[in-house]
Amino acid sequence: MSAKTGVGAPVLRKEDFRFITGKGQYTDDINRQDQAYAYFLRSPHAHATIKKLDISAAKSAPGVLGVLTGDDLAADKIGGLICGWMIHNKDGSPMKAGAHPALAQGKVRYVGDHVAVVIADTYAQAKDAAEKIIVDYQVLPAVVDMNKAKGSVAIHDVAPDNMVYDWHLGDKAATDAAFAKAKHVTKIDVVNNRLIPNAMEPRAAIGDFDSGTGVYTLYTTSQNPHVARLVLSAFVGIAPEHKLRVIAPDVGGGFGSKIFIYAEETVCVWASKKVGRPVKWTADRTEAFLSDAHGRDHITHAELALDDKGKILGFRVHTKANLGAYLSTFSSCVPTYLYAPLLSGQYDIPAIYAEVEGIYTTTAPVDAYRGAGRPEATFLVERIIEKAARETGTDPALFRRKNFIKSFPHQTPVIMAYDTGNYTASLDLALEMADYKNFGKRKKDSAKNGKLRGIGFSAYIEACGIAPSAAVGSLGAGVGLWESAEIRVNPVGTVEVLTGSHSHGQGHETTFAQLVADRLGIDIESVSVVHGDTDKVQFGMGTYGSRSGAVGMSAIVKAVDKVIAKGKKVAAYALEAAEKDIEFKDGRFNVAGTDKSLAFGEVALQAYIAHKFNGQDLEPGLKEGAFYDPTNFTFPSGVHICEVEIDPETGVTDIVKWTAVDDFGNIINPMIVEGQVHGGIAQGVGQALLEGAHYNADGQLVTASYMDYTMPRADDLPSFDIGITTTPCTTNPLGIKGCGEAGAIAAPPAVINAITDAVGHEDVPMPATPLAVWHACQKGARKLAAE
Amino acid sequence: MASVTMTVNGKQVTANVDPRTLLAQFLRDNLHLTGTHVGCDTSQCGACVVHVDGRAIKSCTTLALSCDGASVTTIEGIGTPDNLHPMQAAFRENHGLQCGFCTPGMIMSAIDIVNRKGHALDEHTIREELEGNICRCTGYHNIVKAVAQGAAAMK
Repeated sequence: MSAKTGVGAPVLRKEDFRFITGKGQYTDDINRQDQAYAYFLRSPHAHATIKKLDISAAKSAPGVLGVLTGDDLAADKIGGLICGWMIHNKDGSPMKAGAHPALAQGKVRYVGDHVAVVIADTYAQAKDAAEKIIVDYQVLPAVVDMNKAKGSVAIHDVAPDNMVYDWHLGDKAATDAAFAKAKHVTKIDVVNNRLIPNAMEPRAAIGDFDSGTGVYTLYTTSQNPHVARLVLSAFVGIAPEHKLRVIAPDVGGGFGSKIFIYAEETVCVWASKKVGRPVKWTADRTEAFLSDAHGRDHITHAELALDDKGKILGFRVHTKANLGAYLSTFSSCVPTYLYAPLLSGQYDIPAIYAEVEGIYTTTAPVDAYRGAGRPEATFLVERIIEKAARETGTDPALFRRKNFIKSFPHQTPVIMAYDTGNYTASLDLALEMADYKNFGKRKKDSAKNGKLRGIGFSAYIEACGIAPSAAVGSLGAGVGLWESAEIRVNPVGTVEVLTGSHSHGQGHETTFAQLVADRLGIDIESVSVVHGDTDKVQFGMGTYGSRSGAVGMSAIVKAVDKVIAKGKKVAAYALEAAEKDIEFKDGRFNVAGTDKSLAFGEVALQAYIAHKFNGQDLEPGLKEGAFYDPTNFTFPSGVHICEVEIDPETGVTDIVKWTAVDDFGNIINPMIVEGQVHGGIAQGVGQALLEGAHYNADGQLVTASYMDYTMPRADDLPSFDIGITTTPCTTNPLGIKGCGEAGAIAAPPAVINAITDAVGHEDVPMPATPLAVWHACQKGARKLAAE
Repeated sequence: MASVTMTVNGKQVTANVDPRTLLAQFLRDNLHLTGTHVGCDTSQCGACVVHVDGRAIKSCTTLALSCDGASVTTIEGIGTPDNLHPMQAAFRENHGLQCGFCTPGMIMSAIDIVNRKGHALDEHTIREELEGNICRCTGYHNIVKAVAQGAAAMK
């Protein structure tokens, strides 16, 4: 095994060749013979009943093969889309989940909701024909403001007050007691702005029913094709699993938005049988803005109790979470179990109590977006910690250091048991890299130039490696969150790794091959990774929550260990030695204490030749599978420091330095890990400075194109300084914690803490656009003048 | 339907197309050159960038008919896995891509930047010039490095 391609080496990616030469195969690049095209007629209203739906003119338009509506779904007994995580109210009653038909059945609940689908020979014909559909809407009031949702007209009959749930976590009495003895209480109100994920590849689907075999095939932009198959089979009722194949080929980014099972792919696969032709749909960007699940959107009030030495005694949180018009696949768990259990941050907090109201509004469904609940928790924790430090006149680094958890394992008051970490080490390295001690001088230099300079910290934690099946089951998840892997060794000793993890930018074809090649002592070019096809890979839970390393790769090493164990048996026959005397080292099976030895490839060949196995003593072949179920979450952590310079005349914020120090446990490929950090920070900076989904009072999404929704571009961002500290995870075989979401979690509070530091007060919203920052500068200036 | 003739990656092609056909659709649907991607349809994201008569343009908002008689180069026309263009190699060597969806447009824009701005590109110039290409995965850090290296290697 070459050190250049082993675990820990920055191996260049195997998958790059097809992407840089235009040979990637994304869903929209695939075309089936005789393929027809779908166009979805969407609701122009945020909230309306459909009094009449006349599709007759559209049906006879040129090229049209079919016009399908919610009535057709009902007639075929196709079920609605589901939410797979049951949350219970404070009183123990279940959450209120309104029906979610893939095509509207009498009512539309957000702009972009699916009214009907037109299928035609060409996309243009389908789109033209949709204009001939006549819909008589009775418009109802839009429900956009979470604070007013309770008294508004009901969006779903099952939830007359538009409340999905009223949930809580933690010990209220202990927290109240902590506040009763507090010497200082810091209070904060924060809004975690609504975001639209915007993977660069828009969602797409091709449904293809084979009448000869009765098998449906769905090509789709999914992060978890097996979960899609499970939901479409067991709940929506398209076809049983053995008659439904789901293929997620190259997928152009996900960030959570491609986890979910949406109306469009459901309709395409169902409609392919109805019209007798493959049916393709590809979202345009505005459809993506309207109908992809959005992220974040919290309104929170929180209070932090401190003793006279600045030590945290208790933390009290009340959050309103916008869940949109329907409960998307995992939406209910995001502001609850992916949020409140992270409220202890990196800090030793004896008592925490959190209340979360999940609220329906007439907006697109809100679900997991990169970080999912954990960025919202970190933003809150790191903003209130910073504010507490300022209010008590303590250096923000020192305030954090004083309150850090310093011994492990550590049980927080909100479910999580952190296995390991060294928060002080990350802080120390970050302070050094950021040259914190000379910040005051830089601030003075900026002031000489009429600029405001600020520095902001973010000491984040996340729970990754999602997730122990028993734990999530006890919290309401409909499925366990293990992962599967299979190692197929060919007779010539090449290896195929079949994994339930899906790669849509993470580089699994490289890192998984790196791991397996390292373990088996073979060349990395001899290993290929297979994923994304339910006919090839038996099962898998997919890629999200930074789980592919900690959970997916743990399943792979478990299967590799079984291959090595079987290889020892084969080698024992081939070398005519006792199995107990066979050792496997550096890609060779050796007979201990002798020079008798076979290379891995030679043992693979012997396994298939099988001449010496005496019939029934040993099965021929070399192929092993494994399921791995984690025993705990993993807890990546780190400290990011953002330094900004603001021009008070224009309100433009310039990020002049970004320092990121992360502890991801053991790392397979540092190049890929750093790339994940870069991308995460960019999304976090996007949230802090640029991005914000905005619905007007009528429920119209006014940020539905790249001309209205500000994506981070190259000239909005700096280069990043990346540092690493390592405490290996103790609860999985590789010591991996996960890195995919860290940047997006860490970045927003670092930016806002820096801006609030620069302007001298806390009143800075996200996104901190030049206009918002200019206003903040004006307010700061007035405050200074008053002083 | 209307007839259009153009040279694509050195090969002359003629087709009858619906006059509203966009260049991106023509390349993808008629010629099966699916390396050119459509990410936004409003000329913002740059996933669809190709070269027309040596200039970078956004093919998602260009009518195919307007390219009649033109010479078009797509990502498929600049290099192959066995014989990468220096800019393609630089993207790989610097981990300048993750999901790969924006990558063809990024590479075509990057080559155009070099054609216009020369081989010695500083970070500020590269970031400003990449304004018309959006990447959601990389945070641009490694793309900027890749463009600088690719520019130097194109000498």
